[in-house]
Amino acid sequence: MSIWEYANPVKFMRTSGAILPWAAGAAAICTTGGLLWGFLTPEDYKQGSTVKIVFLHVPAAMMAINIWVMMLAASLIWLIRRHHVSALAAKAAAPVGAVMTLIALATGAVWGQPMWGTWWEWDPRLTSFLILLLFYIGYMALWSAIDDPDSAADLTGVLCLVGSVFAILSRYAVLFWNQGLHQGASLSVAPGERMSAVYRYPLYLTMLGFFLLFLTLLLIRTRTEIRRRRLAALQAREMRA
Amino acid sequence: MIELGKYAGTVLAAYGVSLALLAGLVWQSIVANARARRDLERQEKNG
Repeated sequence: MSIWEYANPVKFMRTSGAILPWAAGAAAICTTGGLLWGFLTPEDYKQGSTVKIVFLHVPAAMMAINIWVMMLAASLIWLIRRHHVSALAAKAAAPVGAVMTLIALATGAVWGQPMWGTWWEWDPRLTSFLILLLFYIGYMALWSAIDDPDSAADLTGVLCLVGSVFAILSRYAVLFWNQGLHQGASLSVAPGERMSAVYRYPLYLTMLGFFLLFLTLLLIRTRTEIRRRRLAALQAREMRA
Repeated sequence: MIELGKYAGTVLAAYGVSLALLAGLVWQSIVANARARRDLERQEKNG
């Protein structure tokens, strides 16, 4: 059996239909459980109760970057192998990525005001995240602006390649430039920088929950796109007849 | 009762905005999928 079998829409619909209830259930349990656990953690001696924002901010930021990487992989599969399901999966992932980026920016701003004394700073990581959000919006706008689905998939695929530079910058901007306000990785493994287990375990659970939530939404939205494509094909056939 | 101290507004705003955005995304995904399935079924039945 080859992975390319799932590029067949019928096979994808059958397999995703079987996976979907399990993914949705696991996403609900992990996301709700992780956020509740995080909300009940004690105050941090420096940050006070604002430390609870990390359970939203870090998983959302992680997904914002990784969803773009997933879109890049799907776009490359489309550009190289012309599998329609991969192009539709990239299209389906974009709104989820945009919402994750928006959550990361919003929670970062809300946390930054009391901790840094400002809602916003033109810091390398913050700025690259804002540019990533603009790329998500531009990607969705481009899909909507082009009538021919194959041309739209080609052009958005190229846009995705260009936007990948900012997705990578969003992740590594802190390492490239040291003058920013934003601190390094929250889950550092370096001695002395490691997050306390009290916060680390609920954060792991929330990160897993956000990943499963993305998987669930990706499957639902890709199935929607496949149905819309099939509907358009049937309507076009009826018009020709 | 959970004590959020002087940052209660900050924490609740972060959770409120984020959960509203996530709920909106989930709702929109489910509604759009149900509509696409209904439209396709109707077309297949009539076509």
